[in-house]
Amino acid sequence: MNLRELCKLLEAKMHCCEELLEKEITYVCAGDLMSDILMFSEPNALLVTGLVNIQVIRTAEMLDISAVLFIRGKTPTDEMLELAKTKGIPLLTTDHTFYLSCGLLYEAGLKNAPMKTDKNELKY
Amino acid sequence: MEKGKKPVSKDIKHEYPIRGMDFVAAGEASSNIKHTLQLIGFAPAIIRRAAIAAYESEMNIVIHATEGTLKTTISPERIEIIAADTGPGIPDIELAMREGYSTAPDHIREMGFGAGMGLPNIKNVSDEFTLDSTFGKGTTLKVVIYNQ
Repeated sequence: MNLRELCKLLEAKMHCCEELLEKEITYVCAGDLMSDILMFSEPNALLVTGLVNIQVIRTAEMLDISAVLFIRGKTPTDEMLELAKTKGIPLLTTDHTFYLSCGLLYEAGLKNAPMKTDKNELKY
Repeated sequence: MEKGKKPVSKDIKHEYPIRGMDFVAAGEASSNIKHTLQLIGFAPAIIRRAAIAAYESEMNIVIHATEGTLKTTISPERIEIIAADTGPGIPDIELAMREGYSTAPDHIREMGFGAGMGLPNIKNVSDEFTLDSTFGKGTTLKVVIYNQ
């Protein structure tokens, strides 16, 4: 699913990097604790979060996250938008709840982003 | 080699000062490290592992210490990151390595950190992991990632 389709599915608005609307998303990782998110190892994933601060963008940058979706009408700050534009990370917002957002994405066939186990294996 | 001349190291060395509790600048050093690795041309998977190790280490200094440094030594074969801080130190390293264990206060958790996954995650992405800490003085973490 590309970001254009994802925006339609979640009635989401894209706040920057509109040139990346055709970018394909395969995996999703979700959470409000960035250290939990940093366990995910697959690039080109969508990060779904209710946390709104600059470290969300930093985390996305480190993990090569394709786009960040903020749930329940939360909007990124100007500072976050500036950094996201510099790093080429699209920021999206939806009015849907966390659960519904994830549910719709799962139903649409997006996969759970795998995590690396302590045996260095990918756990899906 | 001529007598008296030291061998020239081709390692690329950088040092980044990190300030405790500076959540605005937090991540900038790791971002620079990632950028350097991209410029050198390491594979994306290697860069991602190094970036995660650097960022988690940087956040640990920001959250727990008064000040510290991230030092990187990069060669074609390996990426070494040393995070050293003056701070409270870790009283029980075994406990700190346990997934989910965190001493971060609530206001840190509200900012999205202190999940107790930082150190285990750094260990997960690294090939060598050495953690030394003196209670009341500070902590030094050395991480090596091989380019393979």
